[in-house]
Amino acid sequence: MAEKVLKTFTVKYLQVLDESGKCDAKLMPKLSPKQLVELYELMVLCRKFDEKALSLQRQGRLGTYASFLGQEAAQVGAAYALGGSDWVFPTYRDAAVLVVRNQPMVRLFQYFGGDERGSIPPKGVNNFPIAIPVGTQGLHAVGAAMAATITKRKFATLACLGDGASSEGDMNEAFNFAGVFKAPVIFLCQNNQYAISVPVKQQTAAETLAQRAVGFGFEGVRVDGNDILAVYSAAAAAVKKAYLGEGPTLIECFTYRLGNHTTSDDASKYRSEAEVAAWRKKDPVLRFRRFLELRKLWNAKKEGELFVRAERRVSSAVGEYEKVPRADVDDIFKYTYSEMPQLLQQQMDDYKKLIEGR
Amino acid sequence: MAVMNLIQAVNSGLKCALADDARVVVLGEDVGVDGGVFRATEGLLKQFGGQRVVDTPLAESAIIGVSIGMAAAGLRPVPEIQFSGFLYMAFAQLINHAARIRTRSRGSFTCPLVVRTPYSGGIRALEHHSESLEAIYVHTPGLKVVIPSSPYDAKGLLISAIKDDNPVVFMEPSRLYRAVKEDVPEGSYTVPLGKAKVVRAGSQVTVISWGSMLQQAKLALAHTSVDVELIDLRTLKPLDADTIIASVKKTGRCVVVQEAPRTGGLSSEIIAQINDSALSSLQAPVIRVAGFDTIFPLYKLEDHYLPSIERIVAAIETAASF
Repeated sequence: MAEKVLKTFTVKYLQVLDESGKCDAKLMPKLSPKQLVELYELMVLCRKFDEKALSLQRQGRLGTYASFLGQEAAQVGAAYALGGSDWVFPTYRDAAVLVVRNQPMVRLFQYFGGDERGSIPPKGVNNFPIAIPVGTQGLHAVGAAMAATITKRKFATLACLGDGASSEGDMNEAFNFAGVFKAPVIFLCQNNQYAISVPVKQQTAAETLAQRAVGFGFEGVRVDGNDILAVYSAAAAAVKKAYLGEGPTLIECFTYRLGNHTTSDDASKYRSEAEVAAWRKKDPVLRFRRFLELRKLWNAKKEGELFVRAERRVSSAVGEYEKVPRADVDDIFKYTYSEMPQLLQQQMDDYKKLIEGR
Repeated sequence: MAVMNLIQAVNSGLKCALADDARVVVLGEDVGVDGGVFRATEGLLKQFGGQRVVDTPLAESAIIGVSIGMAAAGLRPVPEIQFSGFLYMAFAQLINHAARIRTRSRGSFTCPLVVRTPYSGGIRALEHHSESLEAIYVHTPGLKVVIPSSPYDAKGLLISAIKDDNPVVFMEPSRLYRAVKEDVPEGSYTVPLGKAKVVRAGSQVTVISWGSMLQQAKLALAHTSVDVELIDLRTLKPLDADTIIASVKKTGRCVVVQEAPRTGGLSSEIIAQINDSALSSLQAPVIRVAGFDTIFPLYKLEDHYLPSIERIVAAIETAASF
């Protein structure tokens, strides 16, 4: 007979940059000045994309859009840590992950503009299509990661999720399978404090989402999600671990969704302006700019030039997007199966005959 | 050639597929060490190892969900769901993702997987082990649905399904696992998907069935003098309308036998196809013999539920004498 403690656990928290942009030199990830600048430029570019998408939606030129404003550090930092052959499994709020992963902006606009062709990744890039049902994509990331192990190929997979998805059964099954099979997967959990209107306190009684991993037998870490260096550092370590066959990692990025859930939502109904204002002060883009300026890697002139460059690139993608011809009606039929079944062909032919007569 | 029952044929099909193609992976609950609760995967772990024959944690949604990821990444997963009543837990993965990935990505990613799952009543099982809800999967664009009724077809259809580039729900009639034996080649061969089989040619009434009820319909033929043309659908989606229509045009009379509940079942679609393409050949209304629109009963009463030989014979004779 005995009564003893079998297990206790701790959760690591990582912040490299404080809110004023000062960094802890001991915690600095290995990034060249050029890479640091590139990270910043990507964040600004992504923010510009986000702003443009919202504005297009308001003008009726884009469909429902889910802004990632405030989460640029989490998305850009994690995506930047991936290798070219790694896979990403994004959600509807992860357009910045996709921008970093070279998904052409025009296709992102196409996707949110109601055209599935926007989900086609560049050749050889494994950007899985955006998953809309919350929490379902984790399993796909684990499956692809298991395939890497089974076929002895060296790639890792990144599963994007939010605090809401951490409550879904599928996501917990994904954590479990990842642990059991030591899958080379990184769970990037952007805890942006709200699942539409439900605050994270009502999502779980646990103090952190990172500790969820502990229960599944692998490492979970919380990082300051508005600190791109912390996110990058944790993600780079997780990718390295995945390559070495040492299993999955859950990275909880503690961040905040500055915008509405989507363009159909009004966040003022469930959170105060004061709360939002407090988080605005922790803006991840501003913080990283301060850091670069302190390091003399950035200045107002460069900022001005970047602003113009980013604006130009996004605007040119919009121009391209608006010139993309609408797909033929065949497009909704022809990918249902690898070859078209006769009865489906008949439906398509009948319908085409009808509309050709118009 | 070897004499095999249906479960042995499935086992043999999996063995051939694993041996022929390094991308094939079998996964599910108890498929490894135990060899599957029905023995479908017996011996596979030993022959192909734990990377190809994977005992998973008990989570149906995960079994299908990770299979989707594996398929997208180039494998050919063959997940087993122990009973079709537990496939509902994985329903969202199947409907929201497996069926849609090709369309969603406009062909950039595909999902070649085969979900094997036993279905059908008559095995005196617990609740949730006996339903025939194939119509749900037939109704889902992007899925193929295959139901064999004999050992030979089971193996050939399974190998075809694994070679197919689309997600396939492969439902195995558990009642027939050990009920029928026939000669089955030990090597690899295929039976094409999307092709029904005329099991018996006849001139008076076309009887269409699949899976467990096909064997029941076959038995019924001994109890009637009507000259029946018996068609085994084998693939429910895509439906082989040509074979159905050609037969109905010839006989002018048709009975559809399904174990599934009557309303909204596949028989309804078959009748609609006949309406579309063979209405003027009909000499009698098409008759359905089906399960009831009830919850499948526990085994004391299941014989009432299952379409009986008596009901099938009555329908054939009604159609013939209309």
